[in-house]
Amino acid sequence: MKYRCPNCDHVYDEAAGDPHEGFAPGTPWKLIPDDWSCPGCAVRDKVDFEPVNEAA
Amino acid sequence: MSQATLSPTPVARWSDPKRYLWLLGPAIPLIGAAVLAGYWQTQQSWLLWVAFALVHAVLPVLDWVFGEDASNPPDSALQALENDRYYSWVLYAYVPIQIAVTIGGAAMIAMVDMPWYDMVGLAISVGVINGIAINTAHELGHKKDKLDRWLARISLAPTFYGHFYVEHNRGHHKNVATPEDPATSRFGESFWAFWPRTVIGSLRSSWELEAERLKRFNKGVWSTDNENLQSWAMSVVLFGGLLIAFGVVVLPYLLIQAVYGFSLLEVVNYLEHYGLLRRKNPDGRYERCQPEHSWNSNHTVTNLFLYHLQRHSDHHANPTRKYQTLRHFDDSPQLPSGYAGMITLAYVSPLWFALMNKRVIRHYKGDLERIQFAPNKREALMKKYASFAADVKAGRA
Repeated sequence: MKYRCPNCDHVYDEAAGDPHEGFAPGTPWKLIPDDWSCPGCAVRDKVDFEPVNEAA
Repeated sequence: MSQATLSPTPVARWSDPKRYLWLLGPAIPLIGAAVLAGYWQTQQSWLLWVAFALVHAVLPVLDWVFGEDASNPPDSALQALENDRYYSWVLYAYVPIQIAVTIGGAAMIAMVDMPWYDMVGLAISVGVINGIAINTAHELGHKKDKLDRWLARISLAPTFYGHFYVEHNRGHHKNVATPEDPATSRFGESFWAFWPRTVIGSLRSSWELEAERLKRFNKGVWSTDNENLQSWAMSVVLFGGLLIAFGVVVLPYLLIQAVYGFSLLEVVNYLEHYGLLRRKNPDGRYERCQPEHSWNSNHTVTNLFLYHLQRHSDHHANPTRKYQTLRHFDDSPQLPSGYAGMITLAYVSPLWFALMNKRVIRHYKGDLERIQFAPNKREALMKKYASFAADVKAGRA
């Protein structure tokens, strides 16, 4: 699954993780802390991210 | 949401009227280079105050002469404007000239026999270039491109302010206009009281942000992955190299230009959010940063020199938006002058308070509870401005 920041379109991809932020590849979304801020813009937090509908 | 002012020009024919005027940005370090070259040739002391006068006197006057420009690019032109690489090159150009000026200044200190006050003037000149460079670094540091981000950090090296890259993006933007943000100034707080609070608080915040990130890797804060330590290492290399090459005689020069340079950034921080406060939502999170949470200015000349930094509300709403596409919002609070004029006023606290305090109260329509006060002055200032606030509420002021 992928999740997108509604402000800057930064995408968190569970398969790739985010090594710079300390999330190894494969880290599921539910393990990301709730107060984690978007590394792209920092003005949205995890709870603001929207799931990316890959079928669309 | 705010409505951007739409340009009446048809999109197909729209071209950016500021396109080449943005070259005024990298003209600043070129002016610094010209000042150094001029002094090298003539040893005229006044040359060393040209850059200082540019910021504190010439730009404010030019802002007054050329006035304001609130025009926005049409919405349909934004994407192409955002993607145009030309605008990135305008930013990149600043950095090598800035570094060359820093090295050239050190060389002159060592090689030219000059009185102490010319050494100070030279350091201030270079401090202006490296201080305004923090604005270039600011624009570059918000971008997702790796090259942009590296250049941002190189640009911060001469002022030893590499931690700004960490703190500004992940600290200031998250906490702006709240008591948690060291870089938001408070109603009744003078610039001189704000300075130590923001310098120390931002340093601490950047350190904690990296400690928190590194903890997720199970790494300690002293890791080589610490982006603050990486950036400071660049400063150590630059300062160390210049000290080895030219001797300890350049140390006062390096310190004065660094402190003056980062203080220029901090005085701009001082005026960007003075007295403004975000409210807390019922869920305990702060409301999102809105256009009403930043002080703006449409003064054309300073906007060109500072890459639209004064369109600060749009910047905080959309931190990754590039300078050439930042928009003016009609409902954003406006400063009486451009940032260049306001920073000069900010040094004279009674003048600043006289000009800004009533403006803040009007912005909040007389509701003093919505203002972010300096905690130790809250009670006294509430009393002092009670009747003015009542007049504003009643529509009498």
